[in-house]
Amino acid sequence: FAGVDSPGGDMQWCFSQVKGAIDDDVAEADIISTVEFNHTGELLATGDKGGRVVIFQQEIENKSLPQFRSEYNVYSTFQSHEPEFDYLKSLEIEEKINKIRWLPQKNAAQFLLSTNDKTIKLWKISERDKRPDGYNLKEDDGRYKDPNSITSLRVPVLIPMDLMVEASPRRVFANAHTYHINSVSVNSDHETYLSADDLRVNLWHLEITDRSFNIVDIKPTNMEELTEVITAAEFHPHQCNTFVYSSSKGIIRLCDMRESALCDRHTKLFEEPEDPSNRSFFSEIISSISDVKFSHSGRYMMTRDYLSVKIWDLNMENRPVETYQVHEYLRSKLCSLYENDCIFDKFECCWNGNDSVVMTGSYNNFFRMFDRSQRRDVMLEASRENSKPMQVLKPRKVCAGGKRKKDEISVDSLDFNKKILHTAWHPQDNIIAVATTNNLYIFQDKVN
Amino acid sequence: SSQQHQEAVHHCASSRCGEDSHGKLYKNDTETQLYSLKMYSIIHIFYSSYHLWKYTIYDEDEVLLALAEQLGNFTMLVGGPEYVHCLLPPLESLATVEETVVRDKAVESLRKISQEHSPVDLEVHFEPLVKRLASGDWFTSRTSACGLFSVCYPRVSSTVKAEIRQHFRTLCSDDTPMVRRAAASKLGEFAKVLEPEYVKSDIISLFTALASDEQDSVRLLAVEACVSIATLLPQEDLETLVMPTLRQAAEDKSWRVRYMVADKFSELQKAVGSEITKNDLVPAFQNLLKDCEAEVRAAAANKVKEFCENLPEDNREQIIMTHILPCVKELVSDTNQHVKSALASVIMGLSTILGKDNTIEHLLPLFLAQLKDECPEVRLNIISNLDCVNEVIGIRQLSQSLLPAIVELAEDAKWRVRLAIIEYMPLLAGQLGVEFFDEKLNTLCMAWLIDHVYAIREAATCNLMKLVEKFGAEWAQNTIVPKVLGMANDPNYLHRMTTLFCINALSEACGQEITTKQMLPVVLKMSNDQVANVRFNVAKSLQKIGPVLDSNALQTEVKPVLEKLATDSDMDVKYFAQEAISALQS
Repeated sequence: FAGVDSPGGDMQWCFSQVKGAIDDDVAEADIISTVEFNHTGELLATGDKGGRVVIFQQEIENKSLPQFRSEYNVYSTFQSHEPEFDYLKSLEIEEKINKIRWLPQKNAAQFLLSTNDKTIKLWKISERDKRPDGYNLKEDDGRYKDPNSITSLRVPVLIPMDLMVEASPRRVFANAHTYHINSVSVNSDHETYLSADDLRVNLWHLEITDRSFNIVDIKPTNMEELTEVITAAEFHPHQCNTFVYSSSKGIIRLCDMRESALCDRHTKLFEEPEDPSNRSFFSEIISSISDVKFSHSGRYMMTRDYLSVKIWDLNMENRPVETYQVHEYLRSKLCSLYENDCIFDKFECCWNGNDSVVMTGSYNNFFRMFDRSQRRDVMLEASRENSKPMQVLKPRKVCAGGKRKKDEISVDSLDFNKKILHTAWHPQDNIIAVATTNNLYIFQDKVN
Repeated sequence: SSQQHQEAVHHCASSRCGEDSHGKLYKNDTETQLYSLKMYSIIHIFYSSYHLWKYTIYDEDEVLLALAEQLGNFTMLVGGPEYVHCLLPPLESLATVEETVVRDKAVESLRKISQEHSPVDLEVHFEPLVKRLASGDWFTSRTSACGLFSVCYPRVSSTVKAEIRQHFRTLCSDDTPMVRRAAASKLGEFAKVLEPEYVKSDIISLFTALASDEQDSVRLLAVEACVSIATLLPQEDLETLVMPTLRQAAEDKSWRVRYMVADKFSELQKAVGSEITKNDLVPAFQNLLKDCEAEVRAAAANKVKEFCENLPEDNREQIIMTHILPCVKELVSDTNQHVKSALASVIMGLSTILGKDNTIEHLLPLFLAQLKDECPEVRLNIISNLDCVNEVIGIRQLSQSLLPAIVELAEDAKWRVRLAIIEYMPLLAGQLGVEFFDEKLNTLCMAWLIDHVYAIREAATCNLMKLVEKFGAEWAQNTIVPKVLGMANDPNYLHRMTTLFCINALSEACGQEITTKQMLPVVLKMSNDQVANVRFNVAKSLQKIGPVLDSNALQTEVKPVLEKLATDSDMDVKYFAQEAISALQS
């Protein structure tokens, strides 16, 4: 059964690397808040609650050891956001990185957008292996000369030096969001991007920081009538005029920017009619969508709600084409999950390179993959115990009640403090990055 | 770090220029001379961007931008047109950086120096650079190439021309939308330098392809190209080669493309000529005025006057009355205020085209409706264009409705609206005449002087000056000056200061007599004010009106007061009094 369980037939996942501190004492600032591969998969960025961005780079493949595929090593680390204070509203602005999005590469340097609750920044990550030498205006030790003492000019030259990776802030897109930014998404036109907060979606030009266009505004005139908030938004991967945003009511709206400058009226509305037999006090909370992602092909989109992952065909609005239960065994635990606030956790989801498998996280450091064509799925665990090189991950089973079989874990013994909210899949290869609280695990398929 | 940047500038210029002729620098005298000229050029960069780095640079891009710009002026500094090609390597690398402004500036400089290349150098040095950029790995270089084709095309051999056309074709179907946009935006310019046969064979197919690109950001740029292409083709070809695409653009699914058509409508109209305008553009324009997207309607509304003006004269009136005016009437009550205010900014211009009778019968009701519009911007736009109507039907027709509109704007809760109407006051006064003004508007103008927003009081002061310039000193003496001077006794010190500001503004227009006899005594009296701000403004006022006064008053009245103020207990008063004394002495 274990073999059948693994996506892609005989594919098995094995441990590759783990990043981050080993000790159990987790510093708040070290908690990973977002994970994102760039378009080639060569770079992997993480953001954390301390406002830092860490970028890992895949090493050149070692031809002599094919089973050891290239590892990711730290390439650059920089402080993207600092804690701030909004004096007008008496609000602290956290430095936590909510999202990172890579821009399509435009020259030798790499660019990414990082955002906290309020401010989006465009960073350039570039390499430098030469430095200027022979300055006229300063000594070799960096002290400035008295300009009057300079009697002749010489031409400085560039001399080689050790490779240095620099991250420099290029643009700061500030003051456009009253609420907390939950999403940033770059448009396929390569010149605009959107940012979404709880009630609004704004459209920016990547080179213009002093204005953005508000394209969606769901703020009611009277805030007491507020029944729905925006939870995520994303541009279509190919159609520059199409974007979607999801809501706390489990609705996804697709907007066409060609129709109108303001996209308050959606073009399509994706919603699955509620099953009356499943209706409970928690129905509304667990139907809230925590993430929405277009497939690479642009034909489908995936949404994650508290208990399930749904795949929608963009041509069918009334129900998803596929629904996968991530941790159905928690349905009986919703009461306690509500009490400990876990029910509000925002799990993200991702597609593999060819859209055949989707992945999302769960509790107890479990994460789950669903193979769409073969209708098979597997639950795996990111843990220190499995972190021997190339160790194959064993599928995990949770027993919902009744008699517990061997190798099964009782639902009561799940650790709800260990949750996997953020995962990312290499755009081409079977390499995944899974963020546990403060560790980043990298797994890859076993090469037979 | 600014110093570092500066050194980097040095280096960049030196190494790149140097590489080109490295090793043969000292071969002969010319080379030596060239080298020293290069050195000079480096120094030149140093000084030309000196002010930049000394104060403000924290961004390398500003240095690169300055460098890209300066290199375009370097031909003489590198030894004249003969050596101009040594500027190409640094500009080539600047044309590939990620910052668009720097890239654009590098392309601009490259375009400039391309003209200084001899035809041979152009083929040997410049054209290869264009090719390298056009086939670069990153889109940044390919976008830059798009801007260079048209400058070298006319001056190269026919073989090279064929290559250039091929490169341009390739870039028009590039994978990245950035490059296709760059190509689309240069399509018109490139078409202009092409031989007519290639315009038909090459450009039209590229234009059609770009105009149906999957990205609307590309399609909308094709509309711009449409203008240039249409002007290049003989009238008989327009119908088959251009119009299908233009019709498609005017009905594009994307509002941004239709917006572009509306925005370029006058240019399009001129480019396609009167026959096509009558048959095609009139219905297209009607549709744009009725578009479902407000942005498009606003852009079209903005063009109403220009479009009507450019209609063929023989049946202009008939087209306007039967086709355009009905749409315009609907726009007057549009749901979107931007549309209404766009229309209001041009609608008055129609009266000159339609003449007195039509204006009174058809347009006047629209003007009056817009004067009562709920949106202040609409009313302001109507008021600001009153002169057009005045010429045709005289302003009396409007004045009954005008007054309530003005009064309402003058008392609007938003100070920016009040500010806007103040700025139109001199114009209105000129149109309406002094009698009407005294009777209806004078009170408003005086009320603004005690507005609670400083910007309004300031504008009101300036307004008074302009009115005096219009109506003359005698009018000022009778209507304005007494009221202004009366405010000198106001319990609010801000109002007392307004008196001083008014005097500053009015003294010159009112002349010596009024200034010395009426204003000066008030100013002098205010030097005893208990508020220091008033006192130092007295000093400033005296300095300001001093040149208008006669010298006797200056010596006997102004000087003692200033001397007294110069010993004031308040530091600022002392300072400004001394300033005034020394200014008036010189």
